[in-house]
Amino acid sequence: MDHLLSIVLFTPLLGLLVLLFLPSSNKNLIRWWANLASFAGLLVSIPLITGFDRTKDFQFVETAAWIPSIGASYHLGIDGIGLVLVILTTLLGFLSILSSWTAIEDRLKEYYAFFLLQQVGMLGVFMALDFLLFFVFWETVLVPMYFIIAIWGGQRRAYAAIKFMIYTLIGSVLMLLGILALYFYHQSQFQVLSFDIADLMKTNLPAGVGWWVFWAFFLGFAVKVPMFPFHTWLPDAHTEAPTAGSVILASVLLKMGTYGFLRFSLPLLPDTSRNPQVVNIMAVLSIIGIIYGALACLMQKDWKKLVAYSSVSHLGYCTLGIFSLNPAGIAGSVIQQINHGISTGMLFLIVGIVYERRHTREIAEYGGLFKVMPVFSMVFLIAALSSMGMPPLNGFIGEFTILQGAYQMSFNWALWSAVGIALGAAYLLWLFQRTMLGEASEKNGKLLDLSPREIAVFAPLILAAFWIGLHPKPMFQVLERPVAQIVERVRPGYFAEHKLASPLTTPAASLR
Amino acid sequence: MQHLWLIPVLPLLGFLLNGLFGRRLAKGAVTAIALGSVLLSFAWVVKTLVGLGALETAYIERYFTWFQSGDLRVGADLSVDRLTAVMLLVVTGVGSLIHIYAVGYMTHEGGYYRFFAYLNLFMFFMLVLVLGANFLLLFVGWEGVGLCSYLLIGFYFLKKSATDAGKKAFIVNRIGDFGFSLAMLLIVITFGSLDFGAVFPAAASKPESTLTLIGLLLLLGACGKSAQAPLYVWLPDAMEGPTPVSALIHAATMVTAGVYMVARSSAIYLHAHAAQEMVAYIGLGTAVFAATIGLAQNDIKKVFAYSTVSQLGYMFLGLGAGAFSAGIFHLVTHAFFKALLFLGAGSVIHALEGEQDLRHMGGLRTRIPVTFWTLACAWVAIAGIPPFAGFHSKDAILLAAHHHAPWMYWVGVLTAAMTAFYVSRAMFLAFFGEPRGHHHPHESPPVMTAPLAVLALLSLAGGFLDVPKFLEPLFPLSEGAHDFALVAISVVAGLAGIGLAALFYVVKPGLADAVANALGGLYTLVYNKYFVDELYDAAVVRPVETGSREALWKGVDAGLIDGAANGVASIARATGGLLRLIQSGNIRSYATWVVFGSILVLVAIGLVGGGAR
Repeated sequence: MDHLLSIVLFTPLLGLLVLLFLPSSNKNLIRWWANLASFAGLLVSIPLITGFDRTKDFQFVETAAWIPSIGASYHLGIDGIGLVLVILTTLLGFLSILSSWTAIEDRLKEYYAFFLLQQVGMLGVFMALDFLLFFVFWETVLVPMYFIIAIWGGQRRAYAAIKFMIYTLIGSVLMLLGILALYFYHQSQFQVLSFDIADLMKTNLPAGVGWWVFWAFFLGFAVKVPMFPFHTWLPDAHTEAPTAGSVILASVLLKMGTYGFLRFSLPLLPDTSRNPQVVNIMAVLSIIGIIYGALACLMQKDWKKLVAYSSVSHLGYCTLGIFSLNPAGIAGSVIQQINHGISTGMLFLIVGIVYERRHTREIAEYGGLFKVMPVFSMVFLIAALSSMGMPPLNGFIGEFTILQGAYQMSFNWALWSAVGIALGAAYLLWLFQRTMLGEASEKNGKLLDLSPREIAVFAPLILAAFWIGLHPKPMFQVLERPVAQIVERVRPGYFAEHKLASPLTTPAASLR
Repeated sequence: MQHLWLIPVLPLLGFLLNGLFGRRLAKGAVTAIALGSVLLSFAWVVKTLVGLGALETAYIERYFTWFQSGDLRVGADLSVDRLTAVMLLVVTGVGSLIHIYAVGYMTHEGGYYRFFAYLNLFMFFMLVLVLGANFLLLFVGWEGVGLCSYLLIGFYFLKKSATDAGKKAFIVNRIGDFGFSLAMLLIVITFGSLDFGAVFPAAASKPESTLTLIGLLLLLGACGKSAQAPLYVWLPDAMEGPTPVSALIHAATMVTAGVYMVARSSAIYLHAHAAQEMVAYIGLGTAVFAATIGLAQNDIKKVFAYSTVSQLGYMFLGLGAGAFSAGIFHLVTHAFFKALLFLGAGSVIHALEGEQDLRHMGGLRTRIPVTFWTLACAWVAIAGIPPFAGFHSKDAILLAAHHHAPWMYWVGVLTAAMTAFYVSRAMFLAFFGEPRGHHHPHESPPVMTAPLAVLALLSLAGGFLDVPKFLEPLFPLSEGAHDFALVAISVVAGLAGIGLAALFYVVKPGLADAVANALGGLYTLVYNKYFVDELYDAAVVRPVETGSREALWKGVDAGLIDGAANGVASIARATGGLLRLIQSGNIRSYATWVVFGSILVLVAIGLVGGGAR
């Protein structure tokens, strides 16, 4: 099919349009429709997997004129990295909507509308091959998430929502400046107006300019990831957002930042990206994030905030992998991004389950749930093990591969980031002990275990966690080529120098 | 094709069946699944080993590529050589016996199916650990057994002390895993592979400094798993778990994984002199240190726990002295007699309805005779009395130590004397003298005593299994001749330990307290385990806690970063507030500002323009 990506991209939008005409009074109709629409969104994305050819670069490419006068076009396409992130988005988009069935009771129509709109934005980010189009989708995501936090959030929702908005907005404005600088330099060199990534890649930036553009991009992406020290919006936003909002925020939204580094910073600004100074700054910030996030977790009294800080730690691994600038680091980073989507998504869903029953997030309020909710406890245990990188679950594969890449750069990187592994076990097991083990208090004594719908939400994520852990080979295969493209772009001749077989040598190695 | 995969997968099936459906199954069915899967696995081990014959070289089965990143390929490959064969027999053999015993021991406990599901899962991971043909698969098993240990220590999850102990075990092990992970990464960088078959033959050609670093990092991992100093602190606490767990995981099998791993990596240690020396030091230090603590414990399981730490130290001493096969030999005999000691202790605890304090026991010899006589077999075995099991393996280690450095032999002999003393002390306090408790002891059922009897037999005669000879193709025997005087000295040391204990606790019962009082501070120090837990708490745990809360979370996050962000916001608001004053709505004031502004602009143009001209 020629328009597969457009179909995947606009299915949620179609669902949204129909949703707007449904009567707000009929809550169940709205619920059913939103679930159906997002499930359809998941189904239509499956042909992307079956039709994907891992010996090619960008696939399912679509090009149409959009704003020809400034050289912006509707240009979509995905490579292996885009593919896994798109699938992650369609899966978690559906699951987060499914998980909201009983959690949300007021303003249902608006709620689901925002989720579907957000879905379009996120998918667009991972598909766009035109920088302006990318930016439009990037900003589209902001608005629904702002409202989701501000309307359906917890007690400090207004503060959290505005903080989220301001941080990300400042980041993206600076990123836009970077995009424009690149755009105008390209124009002056080629006398053509184009936002197309493949065109912009040919631009030859003066060293100083490349430096500034890199840091402009950096601010946009680093706030989103979030990297230390731009992370403080995240615990607030995560904690105040409704469960499904936190899930989407952690599982997908944060990946827009890491994706940005991979799709734009590295390929468009290879000279600056391999500058040892830059690499060192990025590594240090990543490692601080890993350890700092984990230490902050140890201190949280709020269950959800703990999970939020764990994201800071996990995303530190992802950025560290990216700036290892070698195949293991980058492939590990992408896999870890998916893993984080699975495991942290589960951890947020888990908080949501008990919050719905008890309406508190205080860890001290819980305890002894193992006896009361055995199935739930086992799900929690699996999620925690996946998150702390326990083999043979998924997290281990990602962490190990990232560490392998980091070690190739520096022993110190591997040493310090491995500290996070020990800490990860500490905060998660302590959380498990405080909430699940011990005697159940009276308030917790009669909680209901998972319902079939709730099990259905967790089941695909648990399966994915085992699948990636036990059989990660397909994942590595899909990522092999795009990762090699990035590595060759940043460090030309890498594969030859290290006497490795380059995955690029078989078919034509062009980005088009 | 021998279908090696069946060996671990059978217990895995048991775990899945009991884990998923055990809640709804009858107790008999749970028992049948749990026992059946382990016994079948044992049978399959025997069948495989018979089928493989002499096993002069490693037999490998490759199933599929587990993962491939760059040029690193890690396969799901299992392999059997003579070292694995020994481990397989110990794990499935002793494992089966303990499973049988547990049927009786756990019969009145809640969560029966859960217990056996965890136990089967443990068997699965332990078998993966010993069968894995590369470091990563070994690590999978390594982490998996750690998880099961966590779950089983905290099996009585209503008790905070139990869940604390489980957590502590896991986290301390993770510190060791940190070393193991870094070692694996260094192996990948150095050798380009994690396969045993590719790494070890190439070790001789690599620089010694790299190999030393690998060896030390692996040793850190082994110290975590095998409870060696400074990471031994989790094992005594782990006794919170049900007693069959202490026997299986925390005595016979899992804690020996570090010994197995070091022996497996002998090719690396043989070319990393400093690292191997370190193995010996850590082993010897732990052996003597833990033995002194064992002298003054009152909880019967704690005595045996410190004994395990100490005996594991012995094994490391053997490895470090270059006698890898002696270390493994002691691993085997220790599995027999220490499993027996724990199961016997369990039988005592079972008889006394949960009493674990030696001071409240006494006179049990005639009340639970089967338990006593089987335990007595373990007693003579661990005390190193010829010709019982412990004698042979301990002697092999001590002789190697003497060959390596004579002073190590003498410290080892001292440890042997202490070992004989504390085990005898426990035996005398529990089984001799007058009953000191208010219990009505009853002998355990045959399902528990039968495994005791089998293990008793193995403790008595297990020393005649010539493990070092069997392992000769892997670990050439050291040339140290059998020096009769050295053997005699260590035997005398063991007898002296027993004699001293008899004097203290049977002949003159008041003497022990008198000595304790006379030693004063030293006794308090040992009684409180040298305050190591308190030291770690004060030096590591609390600084991390307070530091993260006060400095990082409240200080940096809320204070510095958000402070800065809020500061920018306040400046913006203040500026806005000032500028708002200009917007007074008063035409005259606007006119004033316009004039003022125009003058400013003119002046500015004048200045800049003047400069340009």
